Amino acid sequence: MSSHTNYLNAKKGFASWALTIDHKRIGLMYLVSIMSFFLLGGLFALLLRTELLTPAHTIVDAKRYNQLFTLHGAIMVFLVIIPGIPASLGNFVLPLMLGAKDVAFPRINLASYYIYVLGAIVALSSLFVGAIDTGWTFYTPYSTTTDGGVVLMVTAAFILGFSSIFTGLNFIVTTHKLRAPGMTWFRMPLFIWGIYSTAVIQIMATPVLAITLLLLIVERTLKIGIFDPVLGGDPVLFQHFFWFYSHPAVYIMILPGMAVVSELIAVFSQKRIFGYKQIAYSSIAIAGISFLVWGHHMFVSGQSELVGMIFSALTFLVAIPSGVKMFNWLATMNQGSISFKTPMLWALGFFFLFAIGGITGVFLGTLSVDVHLHDTYFVVAHFHYVMVGGTFMAFMGGIFYWWPKMTGKMYSEFWGATSTLMVVVGFNVTFFVQFLMGAQGMPRRYYSYLEQFQIYHQISTIGSYILGLGFVTAMITLLVSLKKGQNAPANPWKAASLEWTHTDVIPIEHNFHEQPVVTEGPYEYR
Amino acid sequence: MNTGNDQLFPLHSHFERPAQQIDAAKLGMWLFLATEVLLFGGLFVAYAVYHYLHPDLFKAAHHFLDVRLGGFNTVVLLFSSLTVVLAIHGAQQGKKQMVLWNLFLTLLCASTFLVVKYFEYKHKFHMGLLPGYYFTNAMLPNPDQAHIFFGIYFLMTGLHGVHVVIGMIVLGWLFYRTWNNEFNPQYYSPLEIGGLYWHLVDVIWIFLFPLLYLIR
Ligand code: HEM
Ligand SMILES: [Cu+2]
Repeated sequence: MSSHTNYLNAKKGFASWALTIDHKRIGLMYLVSIMSFFLLGGLFALLLRTELLTPAHTIVDAKRYNQLFTLHGAIMVFLVIIPGIPASLGNFVLPLMLGAKDVAFPRINLASYYIYVLGAIVALSSLFVGAIDTGWTFYTPYSTTTDGGVVLMVTAAFILGFSSIFTGLNFIVTTHKLRAPGMTWFRMPLFIWGIYSTAVIQIMATPVLAITLLLLIVERTLKIGIFDPVLGGDPVLFQHFFWFYSHPAVYIMILPGMAVVSELIAVFSQKRIFGYKQIAYSSIAIAGISFLVWGHHMFVSGQSELVGMIFSALTFLVAIPSGVKMFNWLATMNQGSISFKTPMLWALGFFFLFAIGGITGVFLGTLSVDVHLHDTYFVVAHFHYVMVGGTFMAFMGGIFYWWPKMTGKMYSEFWGATSTLMVVVGFNVTFFVQFLMGAQGMPRRYYSYLEQFQIYHQISTIGSYILGLGFVTAMITLLVSLKKGQNAPANPWKAASLEWTHTDVIPIEHNFHEQPVVTEGPYEYR
Repeated sequence: MNTGNDQLFPLHSHFERPAQQIDAAKLGMWLFLATEVLLFGGLFVAYAVYHYLHPDLFKAAHHFLDVRLGGFNTVVLLFSSLTVVLAIHGAQQGKKQMVLWNLFLTLLCASTFLVVKYFEYKHKFHMGLLPGYYFTNAMLPNPDQAHIFFGIYFLMTGLHGVHVVIGMIVLGWLFYRTWNNEFNPQYYSPLEIGGLYWHLVDVIWIFLFPLLYLIR
């Protein structure tokens, strides 16, 4: 706390940011970019929901509607949730938590950021050649025959994959090779375990998506007949390829969320985390099992019944390590001295919403039930509960938690808590009714619907406005703190991991004044 | 803590020891190679699926590939793996000339490979044995599906060719750094890491050759 230079003011000027190889600055740049795309994707969502106020034409026509939901999905998945926590919070925190000066390959880290930006530019440029309307899943043969900027959007996803691979690669090597003296594997904060498991999936699944997308591009441009049945190809093969990546990808999304929540629950209960090793191993287990269940997206795509049954059974297995985490968090809170600070409120929001999302996932994994629910709003509600209710809540919690470390400022607790409440309420109003209408047969991605569903759609739309307002409030709260917030102490939450205990209020460029030596675990509160 | 010789080993500031930096770089490269294998893995799966669906077609189509040229290229690449190893060996002993010569030979092999590949491609273009849409050859028994084999052939060998080119860029860069006296018996890990990448390029070809040229 001696000197006043820190990573934010050590160097000045645009170039010092644009060419920085400091993981903390790169993390912040990612955070700003990701949040901007979140706002854009959110805007599309609000337009979609507004259109659905009536079954007829409300604000856009059917074609435009299809383009909007595709853009919404593709932006949220490829530009927001997948890079989300690892690239922003992970980049900022991981080396600090390990007691390292930086990630293993700082320049590759910067490259990954620019690859991300390039991917984003290519994705958005698809808007100018005619927006894509295939849905974020790019299913063939529709995606090989429809017009619009399919190739550009697919290329963008391909490029973004490399960004993701480089980030994952960096984190794995950093975790193996750059831990401080005394930082054994089981003294690492659980955040690291989660990010590490995520990185393993990023490395193993993303190349498969890359080749799939490449094949799709070639199919569209050269008509090689690999996915298009008219040319002798097999469209179900595309689905296999796609979900072989995209199911593990949903764990690329949720594992970092769980990683953040493990930290929040422990710190705000001021209690040693219950079942450290189980939580750590369950991350690895989830990463492993996630590669074996992709067929549950294809129960009605013409895969054999036997295969369907096997995938169904394997899907149930995923629920076990997820459940292990939930119960361990619950046991951690039990008898803890819980303080309901804003980050903890987000964590609790995660806790309830992810529970609903996860359990409905098990419903969907049940072969016979899914035949009824597949491609309905029930699925839409399920994945929003896990992706927004789970991952994004945790992301927000993490931002509020590490904000004082990133910026040196405290935000208004009142507005922080208010925004959390608005999000939780708005979220449930938006998506719970979608379970109901989905179970009654309302198909997803439809522009129009039967009269009987109108009331559900209208409730959902109103909910989405509250939800949007909640997120905007949260962001304003954070931004206002930069100007008006009080200066933060070095360790406002009395946390016990290195990024709080061994750094200045705002860390210096090389993180630590001297190399920390670790003698105990990350949850020894006193 | 820095146990290496500061003049000889360019240690990046976020590492404590030379061994740590070398290990990190190697682990990074191995992970990257894993992603490369998985990338090609998708194409191998596609190959397997279509070979299974159209076994006769694959048998008939592969006769249009030249086994002698493919075999020659296989030998060339295997030899280039040897020269890369010799280059690293030379670096360990501080023999600059040996490193340069072997890197040069490796680059020569890589270029030979590409030249041969060029003539193979040219021949196929000429015969209308092209992917998808552009397939115009009428000699195959099942012309409306025969293009699938050539789609896969061009994708696999094309992607491999791209890797050969990237490998050559890496080798050229290593050549330049050796020329500039950047390596010494303490510090030559970029050579090892570049070498690993080149071996991968070879290994992938070792699988492509029998799968495409030697179908029975
Ligand atoms: C307990 C864990 C989970 C189980 C058992 C599960 C199960 C399922 C099943 C069976 C489906 C297919 C439904 C259908 O299309 O008919 C599905 C869809 C989906 N799930 Fe999950 N899920 C789980 C967790 C997650 C998580 C953590 C995420 C993301 C963070 C997620 C995201 C998705 C998405 C995006 C889809 C829909 C994809 C689409 O068709 O567009 N799921 N889930
Ligand atoms: Cu899935």
